[in-house]
Amino acid sequence: MEKFVSVKGVACPIPTANVDTDVIMPKQFLKGIDRSGLAQGLFHNLRFDERGNARKDFILNKPATQDSRFLVVGPNFGCGSSREHAVWGMLQYGIRAIIGTSFAGIFADNAANNGLLLVTLSASEIAALFDAVGPTGREVLVDLEAQVINAGDLSIAFSVDADRRTALLDGLDRIGGTLRHADSIRSFEAEYLKASPWLCDRIDA
Amino acid sequence: MAGPLTLYDKIIDRHRIMSLGAGVQGREERLLLYVDRTVLNEYTSPQAFSGLREAGRKVWRPQAALGVVDHVNSTAANRTDAVEDKGAQGQIDYFARNGRDFGIKMFDVLDPRQGIEHVVLPELGWVLPGMVIAAGDSHTTTYGAFGVVGFGIGTSDIEHLLATQTLPYTRLKRMRARFEGPLPVGVTAKDLIMTLIRKIGADGAAGHALEFAGEAIDALEVEGRMTICNMAVECGARVALMAADEKVFAYIAGRPRSPSGAMLAEAQKTWADMRTDKGAVFDREIVIQAAQVAPMVSWGTSPDQAGTIDDVVPDPEAVAADKRAGVVRALEYMDLAPGTPLSDIRIDRAFIGSCTNARLSDLRDAARVLRGRRVAPGVRAMISPGSSSVRREAEAEGLDRVFVEAGFEWRQSGCSMCLAMNDDVLAPGERCASSTNRNFEGRQGTGGRTHLMSPAMVAAAAVTGRLTDVRALKLLKA
Repeated sequence: MEKFVSVKGVACPIPTANVDTDVIMPKQFLKGIDRSGLAQGLFHNLRFDERGNARKDFILNKPATQDSRFLVVGPNFGCGSSREHAVWGMLQYGIRAIIGTSFAGIFADNAANNGLLLVTLSASEIAALFDAVGPTGREVLVDLEAQVINAGDLSIAFSVDADRRTALLDGLDRIGGTLRHADSIRSFEAEYLKASPWLCDRIDA
Repeated sequence: MAGPLTLYDKIIDRHRIMSLGAGVQGREERLLLYVDRTVLNEYTSPQAFSGLREAGRKVWRPQAALGVVDHVNSTAANRTDAVEDKGAQGQIDYFARNGRDFGIKMFDVLDPRQGIEHVVLPELGWVLPGMVIAAGDSHTTTYGAFGVVGFGIGTSDIEHLLATQTLPYTRLKRMRARFEGPLPVGVTAKDLIMTLIRKIGADGAAGHALEFAGEAIDALEVEGRMTICNMAVECGARVALMAADEKVFAYIAGRPRSPSGAMLAEAQKTWADMRTDKGAVFDREIVIQAAQVAPMVSWGTSPDQAGTIDDVVPDPEAVAADKRAGVVRALEYMDLAPGTPLSDIRIDRAFIGSCTNARLSDLRDAARVLRGRRVAPGVRAMISPGSSSVRREAEAEGLDRVFVEAGFEWRQSGCSMCLAMNDDVLAPGERCASSTNRNFEGRQGTGGRTHLMSPAMVAAAAVTGRLTDVRALKLLKA
């Protein structure tokens, strides 16, 4: 997982509500067994027409925003399918953080597990940020160490879960971290299965 | 534990291994959560197994996982385990290999137990009250019908779960939706959940475990309850829950992987506690009078963009300002004009299938409408049973004959045209009455237009060629 400490780049506004993972990463990009080629898939049906030409009216195809590092988004971003391909596509495209008022739960977990920072702000803060980045985006600084976003004169503090912040700052291997507690898991499991013997799995059926 | 508890907290407390520290201000602690079981599919699991391989890790408890091919497989009547799409074939092959290498049982396309994951697990008796089940599919909420904390996860969390049998977890807030009073005639579980989603919005239960209660819920059979929990994710609920009752116990008994005999009796004593204590506090409660629920259809591109069948397509000017742009975009994509009666909308396709509505009771509901009727000229109608078992049971009852005589294609089981990762796809511009769960742009095919509704309503639309109030059709016995 790539570390996220402090990143500067263009923030692109996508104010639509309920942007779902089918739209973020359409089904034709889900047929692999690896994580490759997903930058092309990001918002594919919005970015490209039937012939594969860039749609000039889509925000990420404008000259000012095509190298965006951040998205400023509407509520309930990432709803729908659990497909982690949506997050992989974001990172491969170059998006490092998404800033909005609410994110779907699975999408938020997927983002945290891959080093894509999600910043949750209040409705008034996000309105101020939309004003600051304008209709075509502008350069902002997202500082996870200090937990602050700077956009011109605007400065907004944010907070994220402590363990997730540590993981992002350090680029940690999560599974390795959990396996440090293997003894605790094992003793919990033994006691738990003893108390609920009907849970012992029959794999013959 | 002090004080009355919600069902959700009871289950989480039973599965809490240790604390991982405090959450962000105003939120609950992070904890390490023990997970009872998972079910794997061929499209969200490959990279998880690759990750295990790269790190040289094993699966912690292989017998607590089960795999089933469901998303990319063909539903053709004469299907084999081969598909034309090379990528999809690669997923099917890698899935089988992962099962062999990591000691996990995988049902392939031709296995008699094959089907959609959320249909298969309950059929096997693998879903028991009080469990935590996490899986790489958002509709894992379905298991809430059994008093189970079920939730969808992404591929990295699948890898974490396989390697450790646990997940780092933030406790959710608790919400309860009560459906008071009996369900009116001709109204189904699908109409209840679509009514709730419309009322609270696509993010109305975000960040919450959503418990369902009330007379209308208690009156439903287990399959209808699964439909409700399945779609709870469409209003943002990460977890759906219902108290386990005698109907659930009866459903579980006698299934291949269910406990039996003295073990079952002991289990039922614990399961009887799988309900919210009187006086337990929810962060949010919502009440809906079931008598006011009518058959629902969606008109837009989000599951909350829906109305009763006697509504009209809304005027963007008349909706709240923050919703207006979404409505404008939806009407453009769906090619619908404001003021059009929903019952005037003509369809090209009809589809009954998916983990939401393709169980035996759903097929019976549709057959009751289709018996003695024909699909309208110009409409292509398909039915894909939720599992190979459902298909066999339906055939034993003669339902397949009803469907075929009505002009429906009687397919094999799979996710099929719910998300159209196989060959079952809408063409651009085609309009479909669908028993599925999502009407997102491009969901059933790029440019395809989806109207969500119950299986009976899909059947009614198929025979009239337009969205239709099933209550207006005279029903014969199935």
